[in-house]
Amino acid sequence: MRSSAFVSLPGAALIFAVTVFAQNGSTPTWPEPVPNRQAIAAKDKKPAPRRSLVGMWGSMPGNRQATNQSSGVQLKPNNGRPENQLPYTPYGLELYKSHKPLEGVDAVPPASTNDPRVRCEPLGLPRHNHYDLGIQIFQDEYKVAMLYQYDNQWRIIWTDGRPLPKLVDGGGVEINGQYREPRWFGYSVGRWVDDYTLDVETVGTMPEQRVWLDNTGRPISDQLRIRETFRRPDYDTLEWSETIEDPKVYTRSWQTMKLPMMLQDPRTDLMTRYCSPSEVDAYNKAYGDAVSGK
Amino acid sequence: MKRGLAIAFAMAIGLLMAVPLAAHHTASTLYTEKIVTVKGVVKSWLWSNPHCLLMFEVTGDDGKVVLWRAETQAPNTAYTEGYRANSFKPGDEVTVTMRAAVSGGPFGLLAQVVLADGTKFGNLDGAARGRGRGAETP
Repeated sequence: MRSSAFVSLPGAALIFAVTVFAQNGSTPTWPEPVPNRQAIAAKDKKPAPRRSLVGMWGSMPGNRQATNQSSGVQLKPNNGRPENQLPYTPYGLELYKSHKPLEGVDAVPPASTNDPRVRCEPLGLPRHNHYDLGIQIFQDEYKVAMLYQYDNQWRIIWTDGRPLPKLVDGGGVEINGQYREPRWFGYSVGRWVDDYTLDVETVGTMPEQRVWLDNTGRPISDQLRIRETFRRPDYDTLEWSETIEDPKVYTRSWQTMKLPMMLQDPRTDLMTRYCSPSEVDAYNKAYGDAVSGK
Repeated sequence: MKRGLAIAFAMAIGLLMAVPLAAHHTASTLYTEKIVTVKGVVKSWLWSNPHCLLMFEVTGDDGKVVLWRAETQAPNTAYTEGYRANSFKPGDEVTVTMRAAVSGGPFGLLAQVVLADGTKFGNLDGAARGRGRGAETP
């Protein structure tokens, strides 16, 4: 079952109740449930608001697959090409070989996978950044909240000046001299480096037995450090980059993505993608097992 | 013309690369590059995650009825190709174009479904390109 640390999307909405109560009578009908805003002409571009990432962010037109990242993280798709080989440690390579993914060059049929996602385990961070992205961002003076469309998950980035917790050997973090457990989304703090750029660092994510980096079975461990940069060059554009460092699994840090995201219609009644154990079971019984030859 | 709701035709299209099915699993382990078109009668339409499923019965030249099953994307992606939760109901006559399964069985990856009144769902061009080819991310 899901950890109690996971609160539903409605729970997150309550945090921002003041926004919910704001009313606007300018929506005479229900807009499309899938973000599909067209590109903004250069002449129509507006300056970004100061220190704000607020909005519903989706893929750029014609580039949906970049936010899906189903064949591996955006900058290193798992396609066997030499330039996309990763700097595994021996342990990292052993971990990778133990994974049976549904995507990438080492993909197996649905009936043979051991991807925790297929059991509806939470993806955790940073895999949530690498799968079917669509983000609603809210913020106040203390934090940035990111609502992920996949499986209605949400995450908090603290921007109130608190320090990054100390990562502990064996997993988890130390905060104010006390041990805190690993979490699916870890512990994130952010700092505005200028009025349009937020740097975020995250530690304390889940151990390698529970999470993967991406759909292709690349591993990560509890010693992972995630560094993200959110840059808003204009009103309608968000550039989201991510670099990971994980000495248990990789011999050096490497960049996983540098995604351009586009501001979407805030009235979109989003059609989310979710994982339902009963629906996965029904799919496998009706199709997945049979087409896999099981 | 073949009797009843017979298999119509099949043709091979060379695809450029093995590609994912947009999210849950890759298409390369399950499907060939061959595109098959079949006529049948809808038995059920499952609008759910991780993939929507169309089940339909096809009557062969010998009169034998075979249950075919074909999948497409999750609802939030299938929606963008015109599919809806109520697109098909049992008894609808459909012409289904899909990528054939590696197993050779009555399975496929949906490219396009056409109802008897001409209503179309899906994207034939997407199938020819291999659906999800864009997953070869830039």
